[in-house]
Amino acid sequence: MKVFVSQLTLSHFRSHKLARLVLDGRPVALFGPNGAGKTNLLEAVSLLSPGRGLRRAGAEEIIRRPEAIGWKLTATLTAPAADHDVTITAEPGQPRVVQIDGKAATQNALARLLSLVWLVPSQDRLWTEGAEGRRRFLDRLTLSFAPDHADAVLTYEKAMRDRNRLLKDQIRDAHWYQALEAQMATAAETIVSNRTTALARVTAAQWGAETAFPAADLTLEEVEPLQTAADFAAAFATSRPRDLAAGRTLVGPHRTDLAAIYQAKGVPARQCSTGEQKALLISLILSNARALKADTGTAPLVLLDEVAAHLDANRRAALFDEICALEAQAWMTGTGPELFAELGHRAHHIEITDTDGTSQITETAP
Amino acid sequence: MSDDTREIEALIDMMARLPGLGPRSARRAVLHLIKKRGQLMRPLAQTMANVAETARECLNCGNIGNGDVCGICTSEKRGNGQLCVVEDVADLWAMERGQAFAGRYHVLGGTLSALDAIGPDELRIPKLRDRVAAEGITEVILALNATVDGQTTAHYIASELEHAGVTVTSLAQGVPIGGELDYLDDGTISAALRARKSL
Ligand SMILES: Nc1ncnc2c1ncn2[C@@H]1O[C@H](COP(=O)(O)OP(=O)(O)O)[C@@H](O)[C@H]1O
Ligand SMILES: [Mg+2]
Ligand SMILES: [Zn+2]
Repeated sequence: MKVFVSQLTLSHFRSHKLARLVLDGRPVALFGPNGAGKTNLLEAVSLLSPGRGLRRAGAEEIIRRPEAIGWKLTATLTAPAADHDVTITAEPGQPRVVQIDGKAATQNALARLLSLVWLVPSQDRLWTEGAEGRRRFLDRLTLSFAPDHADAVLTYEKAMRDRNRLLKDQIRDAHWYQALEAQMATAAETIVSNRTTALARVTAAQWGAETAFPAADLTLEEVEPLQTAADFAAAFATSRPRDLAAGRTLVGPHRTDLAAIYQAKGVPARQCSTGEQKALLISLILSNARALKADTGTAPLVLLDEVAAHLDANRRAALFDEICALEAQAWMTGTGPELFAELGHRAHHIEITDTDGTSQITETAP
Repeated sequence: MSDDTREIEALIDMMARLPGLGPRSARRAVLHLIKKRGQLMRPLAQTMANVAETARECLNCGNIGNGDVCGICTSEKRGNGQLCVVEDVADLWAMERGQAFAGRYHVLGGTLSALDAIGPDELRIPKLRDRVAAEGITEVILALNATVDGQTTAHYIASELEHAGVTVTSLAQGVPIGGELDYLDDGTISAALRARKSL
């Protein structure tokens, strides 16, 4: 059982003027020189899940220059039950429009069609930089298990932005605060419960997995360990005077951090070597994928940008074997075809080159 | 643009600013009007001039009608103790089309939004408090959108009316999330009204 992109067409999407791929569900190895358009293609795939994709770019930024006429992405998702056609378009000055099987749909509806996990080079510093990046990583991981997570996070953030404005403006209308806090509290309960469940699933998937990548002990670090909506509502109300002084909301799931310990050594991730930190991230992504497969019978799409470059030949071969064992449609990029030689006929090998600012795509023999 | 088409172009530009019309449909509409000058264009222009003169907001509920107070507010029959709170006149009209509600309305004129600097005083919330007392209201039905701002407003009004001696209910959320009242069909509205729940 498998869910995968069987057809992908990009029109005027960044460096791609017109690109079309037909795929059979095997992993996809994309190779070509720097700047050829590999990450752009991965970004397009990442837009098949809710949010702004792996570059967190606005629709406007993606519009191909210099023409600037807007972009379009169509994908056929092949799944055991039924195929679905997804179309995403953006006109200049307009937000993205999503259609599923010809009908207008919300971005969040995409999460019900397929799950998608990714690793990009900017996450190499995930463990050493600020908590925001780790929280985003945690929420994407969580979203892959709980399609309602995106709604809860959006509701929470919207209500909190309003509350923060009240705090900044030193408004003291208790009913207004209560109205926002009630919604934040309901969303917070969902967020915390989804995150906890997701971490438990990923942790369980690490046990007994046959993998060349290191296991991690994962914990949520909360400002206050709250769970129910009633607890959160009380905490928001209590925190109001402090929050008024600070001009922002000081408690809640937006302050949570994700802590990881390299299990075999008992060392916190941020103190591990660069290579170990990368290996931990790959390990988490693979565990995420394994857990999803155990739950639903289907592995998620896995996007691994520039992943091959960081691994020695043995680790790379191990990664490929693990991906093939998962039967996941993994999309991987690297500069040269030799990085993917080990995959042989187990993958599509696709070369991307750049001609005068336009990406060209050719499938090659392994 | 030549002199002899300037006014027509100006008309197309104005039409294109209407909700639901773009430059292309505006051009088509104007062409159609000119062809039907006698049957459609002149009567339309006359009616628009009349409505521009007479349409006004009801001082009581915010509905749009001809007088200072609208027909729903003056009708004895509609004074059944129920008051339905909506965001916009379009929502009120949608409810009326559904013919599912026999009481009166209160149009807020928006939703609370700290980010957009819209507070209770920018909406008709103080007036709502007055009406609950003055019109012998027994039930306030909140028919607000399932957006964060809509629900913030619903919570807020429920708190404000907590000691006003009325039941506060809310339309059942059989309404799709983010779905706006104005877009719902009549059957959905009456079903949501029947299944309203106490806050
Ligand atoms: N909106 C855009 N319009 C046209 N070209 C773009 C746009 N955004 C990025 N590019 C081009 O895409 C190229 C980068 O592609 P990318 O996919 O990141 O390369 P790589 O193959 O190294 O991953 C750059 O040459 C950049 O100029
Ligand atoms: Mg790249
Ligand atoms: Zn009225």
